[in-house]
Amino acid sequence: MSFFKKLKEKITGTNETVTEKFKDGLTKTRDSFTSKVNDLVARFREVDEDFFEELEELLLQADVGVETVMELVDQLRWEVKRKNIKNTDGIQSVISEKLVEIYKAGEELDANLNMQDDLTVILMVGVNGVGKTTTIGKLAARLKEEGKTVMLAAGDTFRAGAIDQLVVWGERVGVEVIRQSEGSDPAAVMYDAIRAAKNRKVDVLICDTAGRLQNKVNLMNELEKVHRVIGKEIEGAPHEVLLALDATTGQNALIQAQTFKEATNVTGIVLTKLDGTAKGGIVLAIRNKLNIPVKFVGLGEGMDDLQPFDPEKYVYGLFAEGLEEEAWE
Amino acid sequence: MAFEGLAQRLQGTLQKIKGKGKISEADVKEMMREVRFALIEADVNLKVVKEFVKTVSERAVGQDVMKSLTPGQQVVKIVKDELTNLMGGEQNPIQFARKSPTVIMMVGLQGAGKTTTTGKLATVLRKRHNKKPLLVAADIYRPAAIQQLETIGKQLTLPVFSLGTDVSPVEIVRQALEEAGKEHHDVVIIDTAGRLHVDEKLMQELKDIQTLSKPDEVFLVVDAMTGQDAVNVAKSFDELLGITGVVLTKLDGDTRGGAALSIRSVTQKPIKFVGMGEKMDALEPFHPERMASRILGMGDVMSLIEKAQENVDEEKAKELEQKFRTQTFTLDDFLDQLQQVKKMGPLDEILKMMPGFNKIKGLENAQVDESQMGRVEAVIRSMTIAERTTPEIINANRKKRIAKGSGTSIQEVNRLLKQFEEMKKMVKQMTNMQQKGKKKMKMPGFDSFFR
Ligand SMILES: Nc1nc2c(ncn2[C@@H]2O[C@H](COP(=O)(O)OP(=O)(O)OP(=O)(O)O)[C@@H](O)[C@H]2O)c(=O)[nH]1
Ligand SMILES: Nc1nc2c(ncn2[C@@H]2O[C@H](COP(=O)(O)OP(=O)(O)OP(=O)(O)O)[C@@H](O)[C@H]2O)c(=O)[nH]1
Ligand SMILES: [Mg+2]
Ligand SMILES: [Mg+2]
Repeated sequence: MSFFKKLKEKITGTNETVTEKFKDGLTKTRDSFTSKVNDLVARFREVDEDFFEELEELLLQADVGVETVMELVDQLRWEVKRKNIKNTDGIQSVISEKLVEIYKAGEELDANLNMQDDLTVILMVGVNGVGKTTTIGKLAARLKEEGKTVMLAAGDTFRAGAIDQLVVWGERVGVEVIRQSEGSDPAAVMYDAIRAAKNRKVDVLICDTAGRLQNKVNLMNELEKVHRVIGKEIEGAPHEVLLALDATTGQNALIQAQTFKEATNVTGIVLTKLDGTAKGGIVLAIRNKLNIPVKFVGLGEGMDDLQPFDPEKYVYGLFAEGLEEEAWE
Repeated sequence: MAFEGLAQRLQGTLQKIKGKGKISEADVKEMMREVRFALIEADVNLKVVKEFVKTVSERAVGQDVMKSLTPGQQVVKIVKDELTNLMGGEQNPIQFARKSPTVIMMVGLQGAGKTTTTGKLATVLRKRHNKKPLLVAADIYRPAAIQQLETIGKQLTLPVFSLGTDVSPVEIVRQALEEAGKEHHDVVIIDTAGRLHVDEKLMQELKDIQTLSKPDEVFLVVDAMTGQDAVNVAKSFDELLGITGVVLTKLDGDTRGGAALSIRSVTQKPIKFVGMGEKMDALEPFHPERMASRILGMGDVMSLIEKAQENVDEEKAKELEQKFRTQTFTLDDFLDQLQQVKKMGPLDEILKMMPGFNKIKGLENAQVDESQMGRVEAVIRSMTIAERTTPEIINANRKKRIAKGSGTSIQEVNRLLKQFEEMKKMVKQMTNMQQKGKKKMKMPGFDSFFR
């Protein structure tokens, strides 16, 4: 069975609504990306150097980054040679397979959250304005839906209105928010929140932090301290450190991932704002170089606009529409 | 994992074309490959890169190489000049309305920095232009967006106009303008909600606000970290609203900021301000040249090249190199060398301009001791001509005299003589190496000026 048939079966066989939602959010992404791949395929009868060059450009425009694109296209060249593919008909599936393969790098990645039997602590980190606070709201809604009790910690005591913003999300979702006044020590907020979470015996505590650019040494130190304080209160915590990355961000996202990983041992990425026209291709490079998996994608500003990341669906969403159409014709 | 800047990228290529008088087409082609990658890694949109590379190539081929530059440096210079050009001339001031109030509308994607920039802009307007701004909370969607602006208003003791989240943004703006008339505000800054450029409904809302308020400025606020998509965003907002300027935020980060070039080339609208931090005073005018250096990842290397160009006498440098080769380098030449370096400006500054300098381990905190340089000079100046050419003759008596004459100590004289000896040794090794590898000569004796 072909890769795409398998994939299609897998997807249609699983949770239909999730897939639809995911695909909906990706529609714009997919439309532009896939139509380009199709253009490409239509224009070239033969798989030659021009073809690969165009392909390179397509991927570069998805923010995948020079190095990863080169690597990928080199592998494709090799693959095409090996399988003796002479025309572009068969190439789309090879491209998608390769992308998924690069993403997986041989291992199956666990996109699930590392949930504990008692209290699970999740720390949300990232640069300014990427969607940390919003993601916390969405994630809380998701977990609550799954039957978990959730509490939020307003660890951004710096930005104007940040606490209020999280409080609004708390009200929306119907979960408690532990807060102190603006300007107080974020580590102290975390300390408070963990004690409250233990007292109330909640399942999950999600901690917000202020946005910070990764080159601000003081702010990164502060974040390390917050991380440490949480670890002191509960061994092994935080159990997840989620880095929010804006899909609109270009190559700087790689440096973000690296620096935040060094400071807080990031366990997963949330790729936000994927409902726009940006492709977020840099996550391929991040996966490739830093081995951090994407766990969720943000597809809007609403409460249910957070979906688990599935590399196959992601790539499927980017490439498969064209194939599907062909199949129906 | 910082990406290589253009200068580093070009090093390999440059080596090959050293010493040519004219830039050939082949040279340019090879170098433009690197320019292309450097720009893509800096997040300049691919299409913009292609166009740019084409223009620059045409300009570069056949150019005479300036006496003071290598062909490689010359190409880098052309690239940077062209980039600076494209990024626009000097920054334009804010366009004020003939009849008060001046209306400024802030638009952009989610999280770009509109609300923060609204506060910063108000600060500038009040401080620099003596204005009395009114901030308008027209974001009724994002949770606590109004509180955010109100908090900023409180921090700045500036009034914020809001009607809660149940009134439409258009209506809010309408009433805000009335209020501004009554309270004699001469500037009104409208903070709109972040939105996707493909969200037709919300984009229409912006259009409605614009139609109603007839803003004098529509600022597109863009995150400096934006990647390839910047062109789509800028184009959509510009096509619908006819933006009048761009504010590039979060430039205090370490992103190259290639989006600046992308936006500029698709909209032709000036970048008016850059955001350099989260605080309310962190808004600066845009400098095209700095931005160009930044995108190319070369610190201020061009200023350095230019400085060297102005100050280092090429003939003298050749002469010096010859002296090194033939081992006839004297303390006089050393003095000469010092003068040349000094002419280039404060050493700390020069070093700061060198890209990657702060990344060299152990050198982050190195400070250049300039007074030390003055003392070295004084010591040499107190020597006789014979002493300068054959330092071996400097005995204890002479040392005493020199120390006294230069207002230094015997130890300092000793140290200099020792350094000079070591330098000569080093130079000997270097020239030996050069005969094999033909490496570019380094300024000798530089390290003795680091504490
Ligand atoms: N379209 C879209 N917008 C999003 C998404 N996630 C967040 N946003 C919006 O992005 C903006 C910034 O989100 P926040 O959650 O405040 O970002 P943050 O990282 O907490 O920001 P700071 O705390 O200021 O650093 C808000 O307007 C959100 O509504 C998403 O997946 N899609
Ligand atoms: N470091 C840095 N942070 C900035 C700068 N400008 C804005 N920010 C931060 O970026 C984040 C988002 O800024 P906002 O002003 O809330 O952005 P916005 O465009 O109003 O966001 P929405 O209203 O949700 O679309 C906040 O954490 C700001 O503090 C800047 O120049 N430098
Ligand atoms: Mg936040
Ligand atoms: Mg805002």
